[in-house]
Amino acid sequence: MREFEYARARDGREAVALCEPGARYLGGGTNLVDLMRLGVETPARLVDVSRLPYDRIEAAPSGGGARIGAAVRNSDLAAHPVIRRRYPMLARAVLSGGSGQVRNMATVGGNLLQRTRCPYFQDVSKPCNKRHPGDGCPAIEGDHRNLAIIGHSDACVATHPSDMAVALAALDARVHVIGPGGERVVPMPGLHRLPGAEPGRDTVLEPGELITAIELPAPPPGRSVYRKVRERASFAFALVSVAALLGVDSAGVVRHCKIALGGVAHVPWRAARAEGALLGRTAGPDAYAAAADAELALARPLPRNAYKVTLARNLIVATLTELAP
Amino acid sequence: MAEITLRVNGVERSLSLDTRVSLLDLLREHLGLTGSKKGCDHGQCGACTVLIDGRRANACLALAVACDGLEITTVEGLADGEELHPLQAAFVECDAFQCGYCTPGQLCSAAGMLREPGPSAVTGDLTEDPALTAEEIRERMSGNLCRCGAYVNIVAAVHRVAAERAREVAGR
Amino acid sequence: MSTIGGMRRVEGREKVTGRATYAFEYAVEGAAYGHPVQAPIARGRITTIDAEAALAVPGVLAVVSSADPPPLGSVEDPELAVFQSPQVAYHGQVVAVVVAETAEIAREAAETALRIEYQAEPHDVVLRPDHPRLYAPERVNPAFPGRTEKGDVEAGLADAAYTVDQTYTTPALHNNPMEPHAAIAAWEPDGSLTVYDSTQGATAHRDTIAAVLGLRQDQVRVISRHVGGGFGSKGTPRPHVIVAAVAARAAGRPVKVALTRQQMYDMTGYRTPTIQRVRLGADEDGRLTAIDHDAVEQSSTLKEFAEQTTTPTRVMYAAPALRTTHHLVRLDVPTPSWMRAPGECPGMFALESAMDELAEAAGIDPVELRVLNEPAAEPESGRPFSSRNLVACLREGARRFGWDRRDPRPGVRREGRWLVGTGVACSTYPAYRRPSSATAVAEDGGYVVRVAAADIGTGARTVLTQIAAEALNTSPDRVRVEIGDSDLPRASLAGGSMGTASWGTAVVRACEALLKNGGQEGRADTSEEVAAGSAFARHAFGAQFAEVRVDADTGEVRVPRLLGVFAAGRIVNPVLARSQFIGGMTMGLGMALMEESFVDPRFGDFLNHDLAQYHVAACADVQDVEAVWIDEEDPYLNPMGSKGIGEIGIVGTAAAIANAVYHATGRRVRDLPITPARLLS
Repeated sequence: MREFEYARARDGREAVALCEPGARYLGGGTNLVDLMRLGVETPARLVDVSRLPYDRIEAAPSGGGARIGAAVRNSDLAAHPVIRRRYPMLARAVLSGGSGQVRNMATVGGNLLQRTRCPYFQDVSKPCNKRHPGDGCPAIEGDHRNLAIIGHSDACVATHPSDMAVALAALDARVHVIGPGGERVVPMPGLHRLPGAEPGRDTVLEPGELITAIELPAPPPGRSVYRKVRERASFAFALVSVAALLGVDSAGVVRHCKIALGGVAHVPWRAARAEGALLGRTAGPDAYAAAADAELALARPLPRNAYKVTLARNLIVATLTELAP
Repeated sequence: MAEITLRVNGVERSLSLDTRVSLLDLLREHLGLTGSKKGCDHGQCGACTVLIDGRRANACLALAVACDGLEITTVEGLADGEELHPLQAAFVECDAFQCGYCTPGQLCSAAGMLREPGPSAVTGDLTEDPALTAEEIRERMSGNLCRCGAYVNIVAAVHRVAAERAREVAGR
Repeated sequence: MSTIGGMRRVEGREKVTGRATYAFEYAVEGAAYGHPVQAPIARGRITTIDAEAALAVPGVLAVVSSADPPPLGSVEDPELAVFQSPQVAYHGQVVAVVVAETAEIAREAAETALRIEYQAEPHDVVLRPDHPRLYAPERVNPAFPGRTEKGDVEAGLADAAYTVDQTYTTPALHNNPMEPHAAIAAWEPDGSLTVYDSTQGATAHRDTIAAVLGLRQDQVRVISRHVGGGFGSKGTPRPHVIVAAVAARAAGRPVKVALTRQQMYDMTGYRTPTIQRVRLGADEDGRLTAIDHDAVEQSSTLKEFAEQTTTPTRVMYAAPALRTTHHLVRLDVPTPSWMRAPGECPGMFALESAMDELAEAAGIDPVELRVLNEPAAEPESGRPFSSRNLVACLREGARRFGWDRRDPRPGVRREGRWLVGTGVACSTYPAYRRPSSATAVAEDGGYVVRVAAADIGTGARTVLTQIAAEALNTSPDRVRVEIGDSDLPRASLAGGSMGTASWGTAVVRACEALLKNGGQEGRADTSEEVAAGSAFARHAFGAQFAEVRVDADTGEVRVPRLLGVFAAGRIVNPVLARSQFIGGMTMGLGMALMEESFVDPRFGDFLNHDLAQYHVAACADVQDVEAVWIDEEDPYLNPMGSKGIGEIGIVGTAAAIANAVYHATGRRVRDLPITPARLLS
């Protein structure tokens, strides 16, 4: 770990002022400290934002939305009664990530900004375009069994590791940010970006910008769920996950539909084509399969991760069938 | 370097530290509290689990400097003098460890877990606070790896204590 | 026996209160920290080592490397010849150590300030069955013949009514004990050395360390009171111990070295990947006519380690024709080594999968097929078994598991999204014993027993306490057993499931000598007793049953039930024995479903080198795991009548699970691990 300065900010403005070039914000540290120890992250200064007053969850009255402070710990988010009742997909996604210990430490803002677990990215003895633009991407010809099948580029095939972000992408969350240029709101999906020719940039945030809160609109009517497939039963990143909400009217027609996928792309992947294929159609396994196929027509699997296309298709169909048989 | 003050097992400690020192290395290398173990140094095994302000956390992922002013409980602070914490006694009785290296983390994790409200990833109805069945305990304790493979006995030990607590609560 | 029973671990209180001290945790005055540096190439040589900038970092005390090779003595294990040559034999080989006042300074200087340049050469790290440099090793670990053959295998196969000819593979696997390998080395003014190390045998480590450093054995003391698991990886000294010693000499201070979890993947051994071809032939009734088992595996360019993968096949089933062979290729890789049940574990995955395939082909129940082929004597050697209760294990397991209700058809049971199946496989492990010595002394109204044994989590300290108490006809609370220190009477390793048999024999003999000598003191050295050997084939056996559920959509596999029934001689402590068995079965579950060390051939090192990427079973993976045993009296073993129990639990687990996956899905997975990717492809 490289030497660094440590500063604790008292408020958001001070944090932004302290976050000079080369500095990084420290939330729970569960990924940043991990990457610093690996030599992947080498900040000259850490600006500790974990104790900023962004630690509250405010829920509008019944039927409304919610606002989640960026410093709220993952476990507090998942345990919050309103989140559990109103956004079960989000609560379950958060509970599917990390461990009890990690969730107690990790902040909501930090969870969104965690970096890929691509094995090459995490190993500084290997080349990686995300760490060093122009190095090349050894994963494309190497071990990409758990890397992207959609939206990747010749420069990077990494996946975004967050479970929470998948649910937030499905729920049309809005991310509140402060920075040197003032405040702004970034919609989800839209916070994270595809790798393109600049895989070093995970998100659209500008240097020095700090997430202060996540705003959730009122959930659409329907049932929702988050399902995650991984190589062991707990404490592992997703091979593929799906966040899905389905609202079906009394005639069996899909009126509301939100689907996002994890483990398949550099971003939490909002399955807009699948949603489009389902809205207004009669719910049922055939429609779900057609919707999944519509989305996965975009997939460009690599030689060793074609199984993820099958997995994603099966998981979408199974999950939607569970919500509305 | 940074000046920090924190309470460890009820004792106030003030130190001048390299900012790179983790809470785990602070405990092990600076305070001589070697009960908390280093198994991976990346939050992937749970052997370093301590309670920070009463909540279980991976001490390897916490920078000591960021713990200024916080209350830390390690495995050395679980027992009440010579009287073992019920979890410690249950671990001995249920043979819930072999090499013992993951054990302090398992114990601190279980102690924190028993106080954690709400559902887990395997809870059916998220709006309920489920009883701590074996299935719930297995999921909630999955942040603590045990390579000796003592999970069956760990779950039995934690389940025993959880059931005692539930009976006490019900009896009140 | 009154003293034998459910005694709990004597060091239990220390372990649950955090007071048990592991290698890195001794408070050694003035200790500095060493951080090993690893080669980033798989083959080649170091051309430049420039330590100037590193030595200029405030707090850095020394850098040791092949630029100025530290003098060593007699190095039998080339892995321990640290800093002697600029040659690089594998990616991750240790090439330097930076010593500093703190661990943080040492690591940062090692990673950023120490400049080492390399001339890389083309490397070869890929094991394949058609590798041109494959050869048949004469001996396999530890000293078995590499090849055995009896009868006419080809004729037996040609005459068979049913045959199986399949290839099974197991990946490289890592022991991953929870305690990373660590050592503190402290030189005394008189030139002697104290090493606090994490080892499976203080005596053997002391002997090796002394030889490597050119010291007399009495100049080295290895202390290792508590060991955070080893599973074979701490059975021989690892480079970090020698690194710590030479670093301490260079720095003029005691030095602490703990490998990072990532470093362990290259520097502490691993189980070789295997490619195994099994050919079985059986007659109309299911009686085996021929068995042919070949294993292809790897070692390093530094030394030959040949895992004894097909040796269990020499023990298991009656067949008129039986051939077992090994083929090895030396690659630019770290040297593989012992991992829990080397040989038996990967070998029985192949053999017991093949037996399941034969049962299917012949239309015979898998339990009955095994019973049918039960041998009267050890198949390869013809020696009588000292005891063999495999059939009893199969019958008892079948009864407890509800095997008689099993519908043999694969892929027909579905509960919701889950496909359900059950499987069986057998286990075996040799009952070894090695010479050890011990003393027993009457002290303070009780007894102190001393033996340089190791308790790596097996419960050795507790079991030896019970054995001593029984031999002394006293209660265990009047016996204190001291282990884990090379200054104690020399003892064999905690390995090969032979700890209790080896140390226990010495403890019993020492206690007998004490009683004979007037009750004050007794000594024993079992070299002669053990060297006498036996006319019997001595092995433990077991039958393992698994129930699995496979998600029909996602290929996720869950294991709701594992049952092991073992016949392992007399069980000294049922509570601790059960823990050993279920611990092995739990590790076998990981092997079956998730464990795999992956090499990117372009780089040559293990890519998934941490516990987030190399998955071992987590708590949520392990549901109902139970182990029971058959009462087995065997007078031909040792004074305790015990066989080893530390390894047999893992042996049949992976095959039982793979066979259950086949029964659930109709998909035969012959390549471990059985992941969603494999089941969906």
